[in-house]
Amino acid sequence: MIQDRINEKSPWQDITEGNKIFEAATSREFCTGEWRTSTPVFHEEKCKQCLLCVPVCPDSSIPVQDCKRGEFDYDHCKGCGICAKVCPFDAISMREGK
Amino acid sequence: MAIRERLSGNEAVAYAIKQINPDVMPAFPITPSTEIPQYVANYIANGELDTEFIPVESEHSAMSATLGASAAGARALTATSSCGMALMWEELYVAASDRLPIALALVNRALTGPININADHSDSMGARDSGWIQIYAESNQEVYDNFLQAYPIAENKDVMLPIMICQDGFITSHGVENILLVEDELVKDFVGEYEPEHYLLHPTEKMAVGPYAVSNYYMETKRAQREAMLQAKRVILEVAEKFEKMTGRKYGFFEEYRMEDAEYAIVIIGSAAGTCKAAIDEIRNTTGKKVGLLKIRVFRPFPEEEIAKALSHVKAVAIMDRSEMFAGTGGPLGAEVRAALYQAKAQAEVVNYFYGLGGRDITVKDFMQVYDNLEKIATTHEVSGMYEYIGLRER
Repeated sequence: MIQDRINEKSPWQDITEGNKIFEAATSREFCTGEWRTSTPVFHEEKCKQCLLCVPVCPDSSIPVQDCKRGEFDYDHCKGCGICAKVCPFDAISMREGK
Repeated sequence: MAIRERLSGNEAVAYAIKQINPDVMPAFPITPSTEIPQYVANYIANGELDTEFIPVESEHSAMSATLGASAAGARALTATSSCGMALMWEELYVAASDRLPIALALVNRALTGPININADHSDSMGARDSGWIQIYAESNQEVYDNFLQAYPIAENKDVMLPIMICQDGFITSHGVENILLVEDELVKDFVGEYEPEHYLLHPTEKMAVGPYAVSNYYMETKRAQREAMLQAKRVILEVAEKFEKMTGRKYGFFEEYRMEDAEYAIVIIGSAAGTCKAAIDEIRNTTGKKVGLLKIRVFRPFPEEEIAKALSHVKAVAIMDRSEMFAGTGGPLGAEVRAALYQAKAQAEVVNYFYGLGGRDITVKDFMQVYDNLEKIATTHEVSGMYEYIGLRER
């Protein structure tokens, strides 16, 4: 992990020149879900696995495996609520707070 | 043997570009720097140069494309003036924080408004906090020599900062002077090939440039940039020494003209230094008064200790600014030299002058008057305020 080498405790001498990052897909390590003020809740019993919620998620925070969606990736979900709005079966509700 | 020529400052820079043969030049025309990309485009059209020229639709795009090319691993540059540089503002800071060794041929012109196309340092002085190295020239020879030194400074592993090579609009950019050019082969050896350690088009290394720096990282990033600027001081002198070995022409942070025994000194940037030298010779020849000049070549990194040391023996100093900053302390050069003198506990009386704004002429007579004033101030120890004007009509 890049954060093992450069993190919030690194002295300025250890910061790479121009903050250049020499790894791919490091955005996964940045938990943007921390910004969330409203949280989607998944009600699996109501879900028909239509998967309408998946492509509309701006943060790719609804993982799909074997044609079925799973629990939200709360590390990266910013709580925008688009998934809850698009769900035809009320299988997603929004809760106040993180 | 050096090649004797007569060129304008713009031609001299274009010729240096031709000799260096950089990879990419995105540019947009603006007076008085238009000729630089124009000459370069001619060289390319004539098959004398294989630089990739990108005719962009604005200066914002010119600097953006230069950044992109540099991040990709190319030796990149652009040229501009005044409002053209103002339109690059955002990218100037990005070039510095991304640590891209870009060269910018800047032909100094007053920033609008009021709209004006003549020599004034408000464009580059406004960008003095952007993190770019800034080197200024008095003559066409100097701007040519400075441009040859640009990449060896900027691309040094301890520096990796963008560099602007500045000259005064029209005065040197369009004035034709005798000039000594360095042979192509020598330039090639001196500037060398650009071999960046990390670049986006690297076939095996993964890399991202310019990531968002939250407050946990921004301050450390800025401190690291300052370190590069501090390292640049050493590198600028090393490159100048190497350049002197090649050409016999000596460069440093500044030029000291008849300063060894000077009691009254002027500190100035750019082409007006030549006029000041004429005044010095005249005064010394006719009155024997000990007057001298400190002509700043390197403004960023600012050589504050060296300047204070060079002025340590004078009785009075006039610092001359060719740009306004509307501060109670006067102009930018005035404020920084004063701070340097204060820190060094200098005893000299200091006066800061505004001159030549928007291309207003300054004459030998004007400089002689400044030296007269310095002599008066050194005797009376009375300075009228933080700043004064030369050549201003007043009631």
